[in-house]
Amino acid sequence: MSAPAHAAASSDKPLAAFKGVGKTYPNGVTALEHLDFSIGRGEFLALLGPSGCGKSTALRLLAGLTGPTKGEIVRHSAGSHDVGFVFQEPTLMPWATVAQNVRLPLRLKNIEYQESRVQEALALVGLDDFRDAYPRELSGGMKMRVSIARALVTKPQLLLMDEPFAALDEISRFRLNDDLLALWRQLNCTVVFVTHSVFESVYLASRILMFTPRPGRVAAEFEIKAPEPRDGQFRTSPEYGAQCREISAALANVMADA
Amino acid sequence: MRAASHISFGERVLRLFMPIVALAIAIGLWEAVVRYYELPPYILPSPTLVFETLKSDWGTLSESLLVTLRTTAIALLLAVIGGVLLALLFASSRLVELSLFPFAVILQVTPIIAIAPLLLIYLEPQTAVLVCAWIVAFFPILSNTALGLASVDRNLQELFQLYGANRWKTLFLLRVPAALPYFLGGLRIAGGLALIGAVVAEIAAGTGGRGSGLAYRIVESGYRLNVPRMFAALLLISLAGIAIFALLTLIQHLTLRRWHESALDRES
Repeated sequence: MSAPAHAAASSDKPLAAFKGVGKTYPNGVTALEHLDFSIGRGEFLALLGPSGCGKSTALRLLAGLTGPTKGEIVRHSAGSHDVGFVFQEPTLMPWATVAQNVRLPLRLKNIEYQESRVQEALALVGLDDFRDAYPRELSGGMKMRVSIARALVTKPQLLLMDEPFAALDEISRFRLNDDLLALWRQLNCTVVFVTHSVFESVYLASRILMFTPRPGRVAAEFEIKAPEPRDGQFRTSPEYGAQCREISAALANVMADA
Repeated sequence: MRAASHISFGERVLRLFMPIVALAIAIGLWEAVVRYYELPPYILPSPTLVFETLKSDWGTLSESLLVTLRTTAIALLLAVIGGVLLALLFASSRLVELSLFPFAVILQVTPIIAIAPLLLIYLEPQTAVLVCAWIVAFFPILSNTALGLASVDRNLQELFQLYGANRWKTLFLLRVPAALPYFLGGLRIAGGLALIGAVVAEIAAGTGGRGSGLAYRIVESGYRLNVPRMFAALLLISLAGIAIFALLTLIQHLTLRRWHESALDRES
């Protein structure tokens, strides 16, 4: 386990910070307790943990979709809504074309110059040729690309992703992993990525926060050391294997303690 | 049907011709039975006689057909306007929904044939018939549209919330399109019910003269034991029902074919 790491994060003010956050739902379930962590500018942060440990709740709190019952979330971004969100499902409007789906955030926020921005976002995910297709005509991986393009169309500082590739086959997932890393480097944004896959989190993240089972807290924190840019070679390298092994063991410990 | 392009020619011929062949056999049997037993027309008219009556009485019958169709169309239109507006009102206010929904249910579960005599006391016969047709057509549109407006994908709803969408944008960009397939399903049911409502109310009204509908022609012909004409009028009502259903199905298909699951080919 690496030392508490804020190398990139603490160089300037963090983008957002959870301070003693707790979340208890009205039905009495406590999803999160004593949650403390901060998100550094430009980092790729993975929230890793078993299903139902409150990672998704943390993400929703960060997006402002729900409020904490304890503690506070401090945001230092320009606007509190300067956020893109990618759900576990593509969550596209089935009655609208790809372009109309991607345009949606701009319409809702009354932002102009829509067409060029829609075109740009579609080009980022490599779907220029599908702007007039309907979601049902696309494969699962392509739908997820549309969903990512929609999240990127407002050029958010913070991109939140809730197990976005969990439902995809491995080939699509690996491709989207690589494309996501390329986008992250190109756009210079901050990504918070929820996953239950050790392998995915080690491949993608610059830092991993491991959550305990419900109620969720941060049990451990890892810096991932990897050559840049990461690619297929990293996925088969001994460093990658060693870090996956270390984190899997830590996850097993966390699960055993619960 | 897009499905047709995926199935073999033989299958297509079979699908088209089997119902026609079956219908032809049934009509042929009917004709044969009437001729063999020499049944008098006031007991059972032969199909040929029914068609002949349809031709000879076309003047009166077509006029009545138009009356019934007009009543049905107006009732359906008013049911769409009322049902959709009330559903939107329900969607925007839980208080309104809780207070008004029971009324809609009461109107729906009380048989229209039992309400009709009362309406005939309070209203002109023409108006009473229209109101009866409207009452039965109204509920499926209201309940389906209300269900559709409430069946919005939760993640999409959160997405709208995330981008700070106001009520109107959420309504018109999210809830209305999401409710469209439900509404169209309700419309298809309501079309058939509007016709049934109009027919039932006409029979209850039992008033004749000019400007009366097909159902009244049936009652009138019954009094005169003009059974062939009863069959002819019945045939026209059936055809009207089929035409309404086909038209509304076509509207549903054309509206949803680009995106909705219901319009998908099973084979593809």
